Amino acid sequence: MSLAKRIIPCLDVDNGRVVKGVKFVDIRDAGDPVEIARRYDSEGADEITFLDITATHDNRDTIVHVVEQVASEVFIPLTVGGGIRVLEDIRRMLNAGADKVGINSAAVFRPEFVKEAAEKFGSQCIVVAIDAKKVSLEGEENRWEIFTHGGRKPTGINAIEWAVRMKDYGAGEILLTSMDRDGTKSGFDLALTRAISEAVSIPVIASGGVGNLDHLADGIIEGKADAVLAASIFHFAEYTIEQAKRHMQSRGIEVRL
Amino acid sequence: MSSVAVIDYGMGNLHSIAKALQHADSRVNVQITADAAVISAADRVVFPGVGAIRDCMQALNDSGLADVIHEVAQNKPFLGICLGMQALLTDSEENDGIACLNIFPGHARRFADHMLSADGNVLKIPHMGWNQVKQIPHPLWHNIPDHSRFYFVHSYYAAADDPRHIAATADYPQAFTCALAKDNMFAVQFHPEKSQTVGLQLLQNFLVWDGTA
Repeated sequence: MSLAKRIIPCLDVDNGRVVKGVKFVDIRDAGDPVEIARRYDSEGADEITFLDITATHDNRDTIVHVVEQVASEVFIPLTVGGGIRVLEDIRRMLNAGADKVGINSAAVFRPEFVKEAAEKFGSQCIVVAIDAKKVSLEGEENRWEIFTHGGRKPTGINAIEWAVRMKDYGAGEILLTSMDRDGTKSGFDLALTRAISEAVSIPVIASGGVGNLDHLADGIIEGKADAVLAASIFHFAEYTIEQAKRHMQSRGIEVRL
Repeated sequence: MSSVAVIDYGMGNLHSIAKALQHADSRVNVQITADAAVISAADRVVFPGVGAIRDCMQALNDSGLADVIHEVAQNKPFLGICLGMQALLTDSEENDGIACLNIFPGHARRFADHMLSADGNVLKIPHMGWNQVKQIPHPLWHNIPDHSRFYFVHSYYAAADDPRHIAATADYPQAFTCALAKDNMFAVQFHPEKSQTVGLQLLQNFLVWDGTA
């Protein structure tokens, strides 16, 4: 027995409420973030990730308050992503009680930001979020590219090379989302997950596409991920975190129960 | 009322540990402080830390807090956490070798690259997540089942010179020391403030500990 594979529920927070869109439309309200975080903690979540999708800068205080409230009563690691652009954003989130921050577009625009952040706050709190999309054609060798702006804008950057570079710059962990699968409930892009996980020495969290409990187990066993992240299957009470862990255990995966 | 000083030497986020101590016992007076006088007057001392050892030791030496740590290490219930545990050793391999506080004789060593798990997968560094902790009897393990999982995130681990100082081990993939104890000193590699119920129990145990094994 040793290190457990982690299950990380993700809460997309917009103006202080948890929401979940399917392919970026049809945003459904899923409730109060503090209440949901508390429930996930009691069900055995290994960490909780908040993604601040609030578009306007004025409302950024809302996520800080959410994190403060959750951190006063939930004692597991908390990650906050979305809109992290400068060192001050990181400091603010850590002071609110976050343990890690997710950096996405800001890393693409200026990769040195990741280096500066890791030097300042330590690699343990720097998660680089990668949104990747398959760009190879049928019959070609698999190739994935980094996209920004919620998967709308290609960057021309090769996803595997990018992950390695981010690790070299001091990222402590990679949060990998398949834009092809996100919101589809058809499972992780396992080839992508495996390619990234085998290319870097740091932990990889698989994200995007979970529709059932076998998808979670597949991400670990076939995708070689160290942790799996999912949102909607937990929010709408299709499954509890505990059910997910029991299922993963039944497939031979070590989990914290 | 009992008071706890959480040593603030500018490294990382101390709010989590302060909040968790307060949650473990609402009557305790938790102070996050860089003031040697406050640390010296507190009933108990918590020494947390994240980041790299060079910056940590430089901050402790420049601020004079290294001296007060040596002082309170003589007589008060003291809890080192994560980098705060590694800083108590003689030295660390990190940053090409850094002299530390030498309160526990021993060395912080880096996990080897490309270690393999039992099922043949490469083990990632940092060692990040929930791992099982094998206890060696000590009052701070009171009411915590042996082999409970605690949350870790680190690339270096403590190799103690004196096996009598080992208070717990975890496997990655070989056994490594994840808690040290001697007299009034206790130190853990994992984060009790992020280890849910068992972590809060350990903090609660620390808050009532009289500093004797």
